[in-house]
Amino acid sequence: MRNDRAERMSEDDDHRSQPSDLDFTTNKARNCSPVASGSGSGVTEEFQPTYLDEVLDNVLENVLDFLTSRRDRNAASLVCKSWYRKEAHTRSELFIGNCYAVSPDRVTARFTKVRSLVLKGKPRFADFGLMPPGWGAHFNPWVMPLARAYRPLLEKVHLKRMSVTDDDLEMLAESFPGFKELVLVCCDGFGTSGLSVFVRKCRQLRVLDLVESEVSDDEVDWISCFPEGESCLESLIFDCVECPINFEALERLVSNSPSLKKLGLNRHVSIGQLYRLLLIRGPQLAHLGTGSFSLSELAPHGDQEQEPDYASVFSACKSLVFLSGFREIIPDYLPAIYPVCANLTSLNFSYANIDAEQLRPVIRNCHNVQVFWALDSICDEGLQAVAATCRELRELRVFPIDAREDGEGSVSEVGLQAISEGCPKLQSILFFCQEMTNAAVIAMSRNCPDLVVFRLCIMGRHRPDHVTGEPMDEGFGAIVMNCKKLTRLATSGLLTDKAFHYIGRYGKLVRTLSFAFAGNTDSGLKYVLEGCPQLQKLEIRDSPFGDAALHSGLHQYYNMRFLWMSSCRLTHEGCRQVAQALPRLVVEAIGSPNKENMEMDDPVDTLYMYRSLQGQRNDVPEFVTIL
Amino acid sequence: MEKGLGFGNDLNLKATELRLGLPGTDEVEEQADYNVRNKRPLPDATVAEECGGKGKSDAELETAPPAKTQIVGWPPIRSYRKNNIQAKKSEPEAPGIYVKVSMDGAPYLRKIDLKVYQGYPELLKALENMFKFTIGVYSEREGYKGSEYAPTYEDKDGDWMLVGDVPWEMFINSCKRFRIMKGSEARGLGCGV
Repeated sequence: MRNDRAERMSEDDDHRSQPSDLDFTTNKARNCSPVASGSGSGVTEEFQPTYLDEVLDNVLENVLDFLTSRRDRNAASLVCKSWYRKEAHTRSELFIGNCYAVSPDRVTARFTKVRSLVLKGKPRFADFGLMPPGWGAHFNPWVMPLARAYRPLLEKVHLKRMSVTDDDLEMLAESFPGFKELVLVCCDGFGTSGLSVFVRKCRQLRVLDLVESEVSDDEVDWISCFPEGESCLESLIFDCVECPINFEALERLVSNSPSLKKLGLNRHVSIGQLYRLLLIRGPQLAHLGTGSFSLSELAPHGDQEQEPDYASVFSACKSLVFLSGFREIIPDYLPAIYPVCANLTSLNFSYANIDAEQLRPVIRNCHNVQVFWALDSICDEGLQAVAATCRELRELRVFPIDAREDGEGSVSEVGLQAISEGCPKLQSILFFCQEMTNAAVIAMSRNCPDLVVFRLCIMGRHRPDHVTGEPMDEGFGAIVMNCKKLTRLATSGLLTDKAFHYIGRYGKLVRTLSFAFAGNTDSGLKYVLEGCPQLQKLEIRDSPFGDAALHSGLHQYYNMRFLWMSSCRLTHEGCRQVAQALPRLVVEAIGSPNKENMEMDDPVDTLYMYRSLQGQRNDVPEFVTIL
Repeated sequence: MEKGLGFGNDLNLKATELRLGLPGTDEVEEQADYNVRNKRPLPDATVAEECGGKGKSDAELETAPPAKTQIVGWPPIRSYRKNNIQAKKSEPEAPGIYVKVSMDGAPYLRKIDLKVYQGYPELLKALENMFKFTIGVYSEREGYKGSEYAPTYEDKDGDWMLVGDVPWEMFINSCKRFRIMKGSEARGLGCGV
């Protein structure tokens, strides 16, 4: 499970309506001439500020300090040239939603005092293998410019879906000796050797969170590379690191970290080892990833003694509110966590193959749980148990054990209905199933009016309502109609243009849309592009939308972060026309067979287009054509 | 759903095998053993071929059964999650029955799930493979003949019993721990109690 930091990067909770990238073509101040003109109080070399101007300047600077939201700051920067400059010199937290929207040099030229950087790279569909490897989103071109501009201030870097190399990590550590916080979500390209160098050099490190990232096993003992002696570590999350670790070194580290509040262990840490760590640090931990929650395969012969009292060590974990892990759970050990259930606000069983019977005694005590992730092994009965207790539930995610189209489904409309009835405060749901009915989805739209994120994945493509045989149009239609706060929607099942019509008509706040194997004609996409003014991110795969549909969104694309369309009906000519009409858009055709001899009718297998201040990127691989 | 997913065999020697590959990359071999049902022709078969032919991420290809039955990237689950979900080792209704197995002379204990096996022959064969030895032939009167090893277990009452004397169902429900005895102790047990 992503920790709350990574969740904040997901933006689904952010209800602002303005674009979230660096402000763009609407920034009039950028076009002003350098010499102050009109009423601007910008200070230049020739201009002698009056006392009043200085006062106003100070006031402005102090007031701007209170602006933390990037959208507020973007707005402030548009007022006039002076505000633009002041804002740029005072912005300390930088968010860049698409690393190719702006160049590192441009960023460092504008913002001079950045302490914290959030940088996102690949589009989400890359997670599912729809993007060939080596596409881009490298952190490397950023490292030197950051080092030049923000030393020694920069202390936090959060990257999502970026490729980071060992060298990048080393350079980062060397350039910023006071570095405090590194969060890598869904990143790749580095390994334990990079980690070892990084942790050795960052002696002020407080946070190292590796979330769902691919870390190569260079057979380096990186845990031992943390500096000896007392550490200021507050958060160490490495659930996703798939290599064994030096447990004695970890134990020492935990012992030397009195400020440690968050610990996420990987599956190579056994329950016995967890026990020892909890003995040291249990009472202080607010967030725990338990590791395997199973026995070590290797135990010395003659290990016949009593197993430790796991429940007692958990009872001492009075601060624990977030619990995940259970990577190789032996369900017999579940009772150990009973003592902490009542305090939990987040429980993640999404790697634990447990059934309803095993879940029941745990969830029965989880009255305060707001976030619950699980596998569909808990079945509809398990969901009913959740619905019976977790009145405060805000977020539910149910993942499939058998992630195949024609697999056996264990959850269905029965579970969804139960959740909608038991959890009226639900805001976010991700639900994988084999079959669903419109009735249950409609019920959820009525019972859970606070829904902000609704993502339903019926794994069989084009599958209709399994009771009525109807398309799923009415269900999704009800969601956009009744859930007035909805900002993110992902659809599945058999959908006609009607569903798109509903979304375009009612989805006025929708910012992120994902479609797959949906729709009949170009009209579907048109409805959405014309009807959803807040649209930021649109991902479509395997749907029958062509060039005409693409062109119907020309008015919208500068307001969006990106559009992804793969295996649709686009041609090179159609995409090229968009590129011509919108020069600030980078239009990438990915996976195109032949760069040189482009025919007009050649299909574009994957279109990924995004607004950008820097134009065509200079690291285009050979399977990408920029139109 | 295939009940016996590749990693369903709990005697996962591969888990302790020393290798340099990333975890999860051995699924290619295990997948090949599947008896995949014949799927109905897919409406987007061409899409599948196109996608399959491109340089898609290796993880995606490894986790999918033979290409023609699955579309790349569908359903939308990250390969990390697909690779790391622990498979159900037995029938869905009941949890596994895990017992420790020790063998005289071997430095490490193992743990096995009794629910995975249908009967004594399977279990004994698995143990033979796990510890690389031979169990003799079982007979009710004489125990295990033809080998210096005898499989024994500790039952609910704390008694050490010879494996095979009671019906299978009774055995798996009362077995707390396993010990493969060697030498004279084994012979002692073998001579009819």
